[in-house]
Amino acid sequence: MTSPAQSAPGELKTVVIEREIAHPPEKLWRALTQPHLMAEWLMRNDFQPTVGHRFNLRGDWGGVLDCEVLSLEPPHSLSYSWNHRHENPAYDLTSVVTFTLTPTATGTHLRVQQSGFRPDQKQAFGGAHAGWKGFLDKLETVLSQEG
Amino acid sequence: MSPAPDDLFRALADPTRRALFERLCQDGEQTVGALTARAGVSQPAVSKHLAALKAAGLVDDRREGRETHYSARPRALAPLVDWTGRMAGFWEARFDALEDLLNRMDQ
Repeated sequence: MTSPAQSAPGELKTVVIEREIAHPPEKLWRALTQPHLMAEWLMRNDFQPTVGHRFNLRGDWGGVLDCEVLSLEPPHSLSYSWNHRHENPAYDLTSVVTFTLTPTATGTHLRVQQSGFRPDQKQAFGGAHAGWKGFLDKLETVLSQEG
Repeated sequence: MSPAPDDLFRALADPTRRALFERLCQDGEQTVGALTARAGVSQPAVSKHLAALKAAGLVDDRREGRETHYSARPRALAPLVDWTGRMAGFWEARFDALEDLLNRMDQ
């Protein structure tokens, strides 16, 4: 586990989630790139499969993500920016999401990688006990985003 | 053993539990009695909340004579404070929904 107390502010962080999907890459690609299908598993959106296209992902909690298609290689990989502006700068997130699809004997190996910065993350925990209180005060926001 | 982030969210979603946890973070180890005196709810209620916090890994308890002393384990919050931990949970849930969609697309 990453230790927040030792994380340098401005450090690039990455999360990788992988899953074996029992469906072929072409079908998975449709679910990843057709707006009405994306809305069913991800969020409402105005995505278009064109590099440079800017779009929004709109969460049920009211949050809006600013995105831009960075690369597109059907049906192998898809990458877009995933930026979330928050009234509290400590909660701003600037990141890039990359989906990679690898055919397998039984379907597709799906990998999503999200890499990004949250520059003043240090402020969110502060290292001391006082820092935790600031975090707890904002927990409702986090909880609503989890929903 | 590390409790799932879901347990942490549930434990901290309740304002009374959150207040108890914050008090332990700020003031250090305390007895159930001392916590009850400032909690505004009954001692059994406080004990129940403390048990939930303990199950989520957020507090430790220590028996001394007839008293149980509780202390905060703020490090248990690490998976929530770190956005990568939150996003991992987010993507796992979204992948569940994606698989569900793909299964429906078959029909």
